Amino acid sequence: MIWVVATILFWLVAWWINLKLSHRPRTRLTSFLVPGLFGITLLILWEGMVRGFAINPVLLPAPSAIGLAFATSLPVLWVDFVQTFVKGALSGYAIGCSAAFLIAIAVDRSPFLQRGLLPVGNFVAALPIIGMAPILVMWFGFDWQSKSAVVVVMVFFPMLVNTVQGLQASDHMQRDLMQTYAASYPQALMKLRLPAAMPFVFNGLKICTTLALIGAIVAEFFGSPIKGMGFRISTEVGRLALDMVWAEIAVAALAGSAFYGCVAVIEKAVTFWHPSQRRG
Amino acid sequence: MTWMRQHLMPVLTVVAAIIALWYAGAVALNAPWAYDQAKRADRDLSFSALVAETWSQDKPKLPAPHQVVAEIWKTSGDMVLRGKAFSKRSLVFHGWITLSATMLGFILGTGFGILLAIGIVHNRAMDMSVMPWVIASQTIPILAIAPMVVVVMNSIGFAGLVPKSIISMYLSFFPVVVGMTKGLRSPDAMEMDQMRTWNAGAWKTLISLRLPSSMPYLFTSLKVAIAASLVGAIVGELPINQDGGLGARMLVGSYYGQTIQIWSALLTAAALAACLVGLVGLVQGITLRRMGMAR
Repeated sequence: MIWVVATILFWLVAWWINLKLSHRPRTRLTSFLVPGLFGITLLILWEGMVRGFAINPVLLPAPSAIGLAFATSLPVLWVDFVQTFVKGALSGYAIGCSAAFLIAIAVDRSPFLQRGLLPVGNFVAALPIIGMAPILVMWFGFDWQSKSAVVVVMVFFPMLVNTVQGLQASDHMQRDLMQTYAASYPQALMKLRLPAAMPFVFNGLKICTTLALIGAIVAEFFGSPIKGMGFRISTEVGRLALDMVWAEIAVAALAGSAFYGCVAVIEKAVTFWHPSQRRG
Repeated sequence: MTWMRQHLMPVLTVVAAIIALWYAGAVALNAPWAYDQAKRADRDLSFSALVAETWSQDKPKLPAPHQVVAEIWKTSGDMVLRGKAFSKRSLVFHGWITLSATMLGFILGTGFGILLAIGIVHNRAMDMSVMPWVIASQTIPILAIAPMVVVVMNSIGFAGLVPKSIISMYLSFFPVVVGMTKGLRSPDAMEMDQMRTWNAGAWKTLISLRLPSSMPYLFTSLKVAIAASLVGAIVGELPINQDGGLGARMLVGSYYGQTIQIWSALLTAAALAACLVGLVGLVQGITLRRMGMAR
């Protein structure tokens, strides 16, 4: 009982502090502190409820138990991370995104193909592509090659659609200016159209970071060697070792956020000129 | 006529190219097996015989499109005609299971998303504390742990639709929150001032100004949300396959090497996604025209 009361008390205090903070003028500190405090409150609420109501750890382990599992099985988590993220997701992400990028540039000169590819690509991007996973696992075997193939298929169309759209982003005035400079097609592409396409390209790249990790993990449910995040999740669920499963999820979450963050940082450096990146 | 030349022809060309590639791929991938069979039977395989062979195998590596279409017809239209639409082997039955989980999750996710967006718009503390986490939650590959959620919920007695719908809900709520927050904030200062001069409270402003002007944003998000919801339902079906559903059908197919069955489930899912998105688009068109917002 004491746990429940203490948690609720903490929650109310944190809520009150957040209310006070959010009514002050927005600064860097508050815009970091408020969500941070909210996150900590959620964790404490979770811990307190699990302890207070003595929830079965098979159902929902407490954050502390998950932290313990995380800390004690670091080597296993590292092996899984390398297998799934570095070998499966990253390689597929690189192949899929660059292939889509190159194809988008290749069809750039033909408006006919563009008009055909955009609706089809948009359509395919909305499909449950993840269902290809069992087929690709059959084709490419159980190791990371099949995971990487699933990732390629998953990231290809969102990336293609975004790049094709981006290449159309420069407006008529700008293209006319290139014409008056007597710029050749490659020159106009390099100096105007590609830079103008970058916000769209990075939008695609950011969407694909999550897709890549999902693809790599889900593909492992259909067969994998005895390592990998998806493999670990499905076997530990079978053994009802939920703290280990949650530790694996924490790794996935950290890897996913870090991956996204990296792409966002690169985006900031490349598209510093875009209105959405300006301060003020 | 120009519409046809501008839009239909290019799309048809691309689709035709994809189908042609598919047939070529079927020949390439199934050829080794065909050669192997021919060698064992001790006969030579001419090119036309090879093509015919690769397009009609029982368990091909890549089934040809017409095989998949035939399988879909056999397990849906044909069964409906024979009055067995809801037998366990019918795609209509599996599609219905997936569809109901999708719809339940979609409705819950949309409702929850709209409520959260209203909260975010009206409460500054909520905006600052919740919004970053909503965005961060999407960089987490939640779909990858969907099967676990289903298994755990099953072990505590929540079987059937609910676990799958929860995954669908999680996936569909994000686009709705982001879209609706933008939409509810879309009335400009002039319109808000007008509401104030009429002495309208927050509730009245919400009903008569904010909600109507958020409609275009809502529908754009709903299209993304319903596609995501279907993906969630399918992945949620992977671990528990005795309940049926398109995802279960794919998994069973992959266990027994029934590639044609996997592809037919996949194409049915694709068709379902297309119908759902199209339906939302239709409702969008009608609603926006009625409200005088059609562009």
